[in-house]
Amino acid sequence: MPDGGIGAPTKRREDTRFLTGRGKYTDDITPQNTSYCAFARSQVANGKINSIDTSQATKMPGVLAAFTGEDFVEVGSNPAGWLINSRDGEPMKEPKRPVLAHGKVRHVGDAYAAVVAETLEQAMDAVEAIEADIDELDAVVDMASAVADPGTLVHDEIETNICFDWGWIEDNRAATDEAIKNAPHVTTLELVNNRLVPNALEPRASIGEYDPGTGDYKLTTTSQNPHLSRLLVSAFVLGIPENKLTVLAPDVGGGFGSKIYHYGEEALVLAAAKKLGRPVKWTATRTESFLSDAHGRDHVTKIELACEKDGSFIAFRTETLANVGAYLSNFSTATPTFLHGTLMAGNYTVPNVYVNVKAVFTNTAPVDAYRGAGRPEATFSLERVIDKCARELGIDPVEIRRKNFIKKDQYPFATAAGLEYDSGDYDALMDGLEKVADFAGFEARRAASAKEGKLRGLGINSYVEACGIAPSNLVGILGARVGLYDAATVRVNPTGNISVMVGAHSHGQGHETAFPQIVADMLGVDAQTVDIVHGDTSKIPFGMGTYGSRSLAVCGSAVFRATEKVIRKATLIAAHMLEDSPENIEFSDGVFAIKGTNKTVGFGDVALKAYIPHDYPIDAIEPGLEETAFYDPANFTYPSGAYASEVEVDPETGKVTVCSMVALDDFGVVVNPMIVTGQVEGGLAQGIGQALLENGVYDENGQLLSGSFMDYAMPRADDLPSFVVDHSNETRCTHNPIGSKGCGEAGAIGSPPTIVNAVVDALARGGHDVDHIDMPVSPSRVWAAMNP
Amino acid sequence: MKLADQIEIAADRQVVWNAILDAEVLKACIPGCEELTGSVEDGFEAVVVQKVGPVKAKFKGDVEISDIVKGESLKLSGSGKGGPAGFASGSADVRLSDTDTGTLLEYDVDAKVGGKLAQLGSRIIDGFAKKLAGQFFERFQEGLEPEMDETEATEETETKKGWIKRVFST
Repeated sequence: MPDGGIGAPTKRREDTRFLTGRGKYTDDITPQNTSYCAFARSQVANGKINSIDTSQATKMPGVLAAFTGEDFVEVGSNPAGWLINSRDGEPMKEPKRPVLAHGKVRHVGDAYAAVVAETLEQAMDAVEAIEADIDELDAVVDMASAVADPGTLVHDEIETNICFDWGWIEDNRAATDEAIKNAPHVTTLELVNNRLVPNALEPRASIGEYDPGTGDYKLTTTSQNPHLSRLLVSAFVLGIPENKLTVLAPDVGGGFGSKIYHYGEEALVLAAAKKLGRPVKWTATRTESFLSDAHGRDHVTKIELACEKDGSFIAFRTETLANVGAYLSNFSTATPTFLHGTLMAGNYTVPNVYVNVKAVFTNTAPVDAYRGAGRPEATFSLERVIDKCARELGIDPVEIRRKNFIKKDQYPFATAAGLEYDSGDYDALMDGLEKVADFAGFEARRAASAKEGKLRGLGINSYVEACGIAPSNLVGILGARVGLYDAATVRVNPTGNISVMVGAHSHGQGHETAFPQIVADMLGVDAQTVDIVHGDTSKIPFGMGTYGSRSLAVCGSAVFRATEKVIRKATLIAAHMLEDSPENIEFSDGVFAIKGTNKTVGFGDVALKAYIPHDYPIDAIEPGLEETAFYDPANFTYPSGAYASEVEVDPETGKVTVCSMVALDDFGVVVNPMIVTGQVEGGLAQGIGQALLENGVYDENGQLLSGSFMDYAMPRADDLPSFVVDHSNETRCTHNPIGSKGCGEAGAIGSPPTIVNAVVDALARGGHDVDHIDMPVSPSRVWAAMNP
Repeated sequence: MKLADQIEIAADRQVVWNAILDAEVLKACIPGCEELTGSVEDGFEAVVVQKVGPVKAKFKGDVEISDIVKGESLKLSGSGKGGPAGFASGSADVRLSDTDTGTLLEYDVDAKVGGKLAQLGSRIIDGFAKKLAGQFFERFQEGLEPEMDETEATEETETKKGWIKRVFST
């Protein structure tokens, strides 16, 4: 294996530019003659627009144009990407989502007008001069009342606040109900999965450009998936032919899901650029990010676990209200359904599972996929109720999980929630966890904490997630409106260095380092001679982008397949050069050889021959060495893990201190262990943030109370312990060529239930009869639970 | 948010009632009020400057007096828009009753804020609203009660007029 192949802990090459201030983000790009855009956003959660008068604004200094919803009544609606059918077979309610609000504003931050001016300051001043006559209406904020009392509607035309009422799997409902009715023991838990604001370091930004000479448009934007953005702008919203629109996503400073989606601001800067014949730039303020980025989570769930007295699981049943906010963001209907309900069997052989999800419109920002996307909600509900059940039955939480684990000789395993897991070994992960987290030493550490007056608890969790999104034929049956393959082109240049154009987009995942390792490993070349091109639809093949821990498993597999094609063609050229037939040629470590001889030719010489095809069988082999592969996975991938955390609770204040966090994950084959460790650690920080600190809160009028970093607490270094991350327990993914499963979301999925289990354990050991505390497990909530 | 409080005013009920219906009095008592024009019948227009935490804004809005039961109770409502700072609105149900020494003024306030004020100031807005309501009714009380000048008030029993009374008498 050459240096820097699969398995090498190579340092991320992109970090050199990021850490030295040489990253180039959307806002760093200012084309000549750029004008600037600012938006007028609703201050009320629900309001009837009587009139919007921009006449004063357009007279302000430097103002070039103003836009309102009226200007976009002719253009298309930003669609939901996934059609969900309700239990009764009715399709989901899908209200229009315009570029700018028209007729009504539906959440605080809903943009209803925009101004473009010579400078940003002029645009912002002019926004203040817009006269908006908007009558505030009662707001729909609380999901339970939105469903129970539809006196107020978010969308009048659909006559309900319920987007869909989904059952999974509906045919299993009666059997699950029956099993729970007859079960010897049933544990019930009601819980909230708190709303999260994504807070990427880089706020959203977009630049629209139009070339009147060619009729070409260009959108430079903060996107995780430039081709998906182009498809949405072209085919659904503005109708610009795809061949006339380039979407460029340059360096992007974090997405976590919030930059998957197409937002109205992108369409607006393009339309404005066309109208003005000038580039138009918009960069969100932090306040705009809080108000208008798609938020995450926000589920209210009742879960029931039925089991035998010995803890053998019989059935899981859940009822969930999932907030979708005021409009359907692109993945918002898939997240609480097929990324959530299908995982509700967890790591267990439970025979009956039934999941009911009602998606609810409210006058709040749209809610969509956020790191983990549906799977953290499933894992949290399941792993919390299992802990409660173990406590009720007096069974050790490790033992109750082991008793019900899918065993390693049972794969492929069809779960009661409709998925077929291809590989895993949950017992091995738990074995490792017991050692690495030193369960045996817990009692001594607890006693030491007790001496300091602190309550110490140990929480564990096991999770499985579905990644590598997704097999197109399967998701098509389930309602997806797109395919979910990815694509790569491997271009071997004449002098032997290599450019790889990929459909995935890197915004923190380290693709520029990891993808070359695959190519280098296969071709036997130095990884430093391989470069990745991503983010520019004019350069890369049509891929679906980066989310759902899919880049390596899906796009990496496309890179693998394209490299295989390169080797096949190079073998033909090598056979010609070695004057033998291709069947007799073998390739390893960068050298083609006639089997059983020392007649060889190097990969570099073959590449040169491909581009200088003198003495070349031009009728049999085309010149050039460049291959493209589209890869559509045969199944999801199923990363899994076992996590443990110890916490200390201060009984005087209720403050929780995370003393340790141990994450053992099975990601299948690991291409770059250093990057994987970084991905897990980032996920752990986000998961601990959700568990202890973060909370998106609207008041009863729909005002976002946690609308700044003063009130929305992000995790900081001193909130986190030193992590122990171990991904040495590899079970290979059986259906993709690399054998990888995906690692981007694991930490954010596995850690929240681990933390809450640990806090509840600490309180129980301290003599407090507490079943559950909702996240964030803040000092006030813990103190209140201890002092009922 | 909602809050309720009461205040004792050493003036008789009719004087208190007249004062509360007077534009000049309202202007003097509304904290941060720069302009107030109009009448009880037609409503008032007001300009108020306030700073809530990091947000300072000039609010332009209306003040209305309604639900009048003469000499007993009324409702003061106001709403103001502060441009990019957001908006605030609120109402106070005010009730008057006689006491041995003057008048008891009870009030129930219901206030809400929106926009940047809500996003940036939510932690402090409850305390802020309480402070504003308190200031309003304290000024009102001070204006109606005799000024106590501790150095000379003991000998001469003649009470000086509060500033609201001075307003009325000029």
